Amino acid sequence: MSNKLLEIKNLTTSFRIGDDYYAAVDDVTLTLNKNEVLGIVGESGSGKSALAFSIMRLHNRAKIEGSVLLNNQDIVNMPTTNLNKLRGDDMAMIFQDPLTALNPLMEIGEQIGETLLLHNPRMTQKQRKLRVIELLNLVGIPRPEYVFEQFPHELSGGMRQRVVIAIAIANDPELLIADEPTTALDVTIQAQILDLIRKLKNEMNAGIILITHDLGVVAEMADRVAVMYAGQIVEIAEVHTLFENPLHPYTKSLLNSVPTEGQDKLHVIQGIVPSLKNLPRKGCRFAARIPWIDASAHEENPVLHEVELGHFVRCTCHAHFYFSDESKEDEKNGIS
Amino acid sequence: MWKFIVRRLFVTFPQIVLLSIIIFILAQMMPGDALTGLIDPNIDPAAIEQQRERLGLNNPWYVQYADWVKGAVQGDLGQSFRYKMPVTELIEQRMINTFWLSLLTLIFTYVMAIPLGIISGRWNDTWLDRAITGYTYIGFAAPLFITALLMVWIFGFHFGWFPTGGSVAPGLTPGTFEYFMSKLQHLLLPAFSMAVITTVSTVQYLRSEIIDTKQKDFIITARAKGAPESRVYNRHIFRNSLLPIAAFFGYEISGLIGGSVFIETIFAFPGMGKLFLDSVLLRDFSVVSSVVLIFGIAAILGALLSDIILSIVDPRIRIK
Repeated sequence: MSNKLLEIKNLTTSFRIGDDYYAAVDDVTLTLNKNEVLGIVGESGSGKSALAFSIMRLHNRAKIEGSVLLNNQDIVNMPTTNLNKLRGDDMAMIFQDPLTALNPLMEIGEQIGETLLLHNPRMTQKQRKLRVIELLNLVGIPRPEYVFEQFPHELSGGMRQRVVIAIAIANDPELLIADEPTTALDVTIQAQILDLIRKLKNEMNAGIILITHDLGVVAEMADRVAVMYAGQIVEIAEVHTLFENPLHPYTKSLLNSVPTEGQDKLHVIQGIVPSLKNLPRKGCRFAARIPWIDASAHEENPVLHEVELGHFVRCTCHAHFYFSDESKEDEKNGIS
Repeated sequence: MWKFIVRRLFVTFPQIVLLSIIIFILAQMMPGDALTGLIDPNIDPAAIEQQRERLGLNNPWYVQYADWVKGAVQGDLGQSFRYKMPVTELIEQRMINTFWLSLLTLIFTYVMAIPLGIISGRWNDTWLDRAITGYTYIGFAAPLFITALLMVWIFGFHFGWFPTGGSVAPGLTPGTFEYFMSKLQHLLLPAFSMAVITTVSTVQYLRSEIIDTKQKDFIITARAKGAPESRVYNRHIFRNSLLPIAAFFGYEISGLIGGSVFIETIFAFPGMGKLFLDSVLLRDFSVVSSVVLIFGIAAILGALLSDIILSIVDPRIRIK
């Protein structure tokens, strides 16, 4: 039996703006093994969430091309009835904003129970309630019997995110996608939720895709990391390799942007992520943000190169990359 | 929840008192009184003055107000000058007619509005939705009295399917089946005509609620759980969208009151609305002020009802 849980091949997700389609996820190829944690990092707008939503086909109006195989079943072309059997059962998702991810008019118990009801129709109401309370306990909610009958507005943000997690893990999914699970929470709660996900990671036998822009979280939790920029994967490697030997200019810049102690000026990457409509479709997409690098350094049609076993990097520009004087100066200032 | 309702009732009571004062002052400000107009001009002014004194019309306004409130509470709203009968008795008959008319209108409204709103909201921007929204725009633009006249002309006069006036055919004994059917037949066209217009706002409201709810994050959560579309709509979208409609129910009453004035006049239907307009035209002040008082109380109670419904259906408002 193969160890591969999820295989994404040439996945392109496009949205319609006006009369044309624009790809937010552009030709992504990825695999996720069983029990593996894959981190996906990148700035806002780099297509991380669009990728996550494409895997579960949660986009409302998007054109999805390529294939997403979960245990060799193609999700992209699957009829909706079959898809609904997988969603919430074999694959589940933890959402970004717990304040809006729960139905304001439904009791917590009913919302978690719904996932159980949909996939285990033979479960009695009593069994379901027991399981919901077990889940609430598992995600660390105090007084679960009481919370069972509460409504989302009666819980704090952190508690609500625990409920969202309970919904996701209710049927022991094989694939768990956590889409920036801590972005909407404040720092102390973030730490608690991460502890919880870490604990669940050890208890569950699930492959996890962890989407975040917090490199610290990735370093701690992921086995492998994919760096996304403008809808493409620019670098993918084992977590240690990536942090010790980052190659792509974007990865380097991201790592360079992490604030360190004693630094007075934060390093920033020049420019912004281009919007979907203004994305250059030819050449290295990161070129515009490192203008001091000679144009000849970039490939005409950048592809992923395997530089060492399991370490892929897009475009040849990485070999010629250096930080600009300005950023070098920042670095010096930071160190001094 | 009881705490909320009791608290809400404390607000309602002063509202009704204030309403009664305003109505009384307005009635006082109207030119003339019971002893002007239909009185023989040859009567000695001293006799009229004597009558005024006897009827208490020369008392200060607060004494008159107190007398009026005392009477109203005991069910005595005075005499109708025109119908020569106690106002209470007059209103009682009319109120029953208006009650049935309003009830039937409400039923028609919701029977039409809810499916139309749901179709329009679920399949928004399809041709079906455009047709429904087109109807609502026409409904918003067309005044009720024009629509009602058109209805009378088409279904009452041209096709002759429905009677064009009255509340029951003459010569039938109350309590018989024929009597009931005749009542119903007289109600159908006015109720439908009014519903055609009142439906419009509910359809628009429901449509935009559904379109709004459809884009909420918890809908994505529901889909991610593996819920089929039918369940996503029935359990998550419709339930959450119908809530403001339920709350709107009480306020519909105010709309029905306004509508009944037109509808009852056009259909010559003996209800409160027609009574109101007739009495204004005939300067039958005791009737006018009583009808306005009842309309006002109905509107206040409608608002109260809305708040109570909302507190029951929306857990976020419940006070524990």
